[in-house]
Amino acid sequence: MDGVWVFIGADSVLFGILFANFMKDRLAQPALFEASHRTLNFNLGGLDTLILLTSSWLVALAVQAVKRDQLDQAPKFVLGGVLTGLMFVASKSTEYAEKFVAGIMPATDPFYMWYFTLTGIHLAHVLFGTCLLVYVWTKARARTYTSSNRTVLECVASFWHLVDLLWIVLFPLLYLQR
Amino acid sequence: MTLLRERVTIVWLGLMVATCTSTWLLSKDNFSPTVAVVGIFMIAALKVRFVMMDFMELRDAPVRVRIAFEAWIVVVTALILGFWFATPHSG
Repeated sequence: MDGVWVFIGADSVLFGILFANFMKDRLAQPALFEASHRTLNFNLGGLDTLILLTSSWLVALAVQAVKRDQLDQAPKFVLGGVLTGLMFVASKSTEYAEKFVAGIMPATDPFYMWYFTLTGIHLAHVLFGTCLLVYVWTKARARTYTSSNRTVLECVASFWHLVDLLWIVLFPLLYLQR
Repeated sequence: MTLLRERVTIVWLGLMVATCTSTWLLSKDNFSPTVAVVGIFMIAALKVRFVMMDFMELRDAPVRVRIAFEAWIVVVTALILGFWFATPHSG
């Protein structure tokens, strides 16, 4: 479990450095960053946040269920986490498609380079986390996790919450800041 | 297991309300940029703290670990707001 916390800490620091560098570049070209940010769909970004918060909550409920040895409930909550993870992927794919159709690419301007880089790295985390949740779901269905054997479930859950909290900062940074 | 009695459910509801406040209220142009941006990032910092303490269960973690993660929130929020205030024509 300690290794997972080291990974989560290192990943958080890496994202923190990226956030600071985004702000540094914004400082150099505020008008360009402001104009490009206004072209983002903040309704979709807000919806993404609600989806990930719900996903995190469902996975937290799965951990609580296993702690109480309510082994029938845990797989349902984890499956809810998987489905909401896929909803986020679908929403982000729709948003990327909108941008590509409008001719907006990473090379369009520095803001969009940051937008695709930050959301792309985050999306890779979502895809990896969803795969981990599918694995945990199959194990939970087989009643592998119990109150005395839940380390793997808790490690995956902690990674999933990291994905959620990184988006909580990323969303206002890109979509709401003016 | 009654969902509504779970602490994580109360926290989740609060996080959903906070998200709606930031996204569909504070981001509107009827708030000054300073009020909006400071409000939005303070709410984001609070949301991250609740995710850490209640979803990640850091509330029960060793103090050193908890301090390290809480420090991340403070440093990241301070950096973002520091750069924002240093940016010309934004306040």
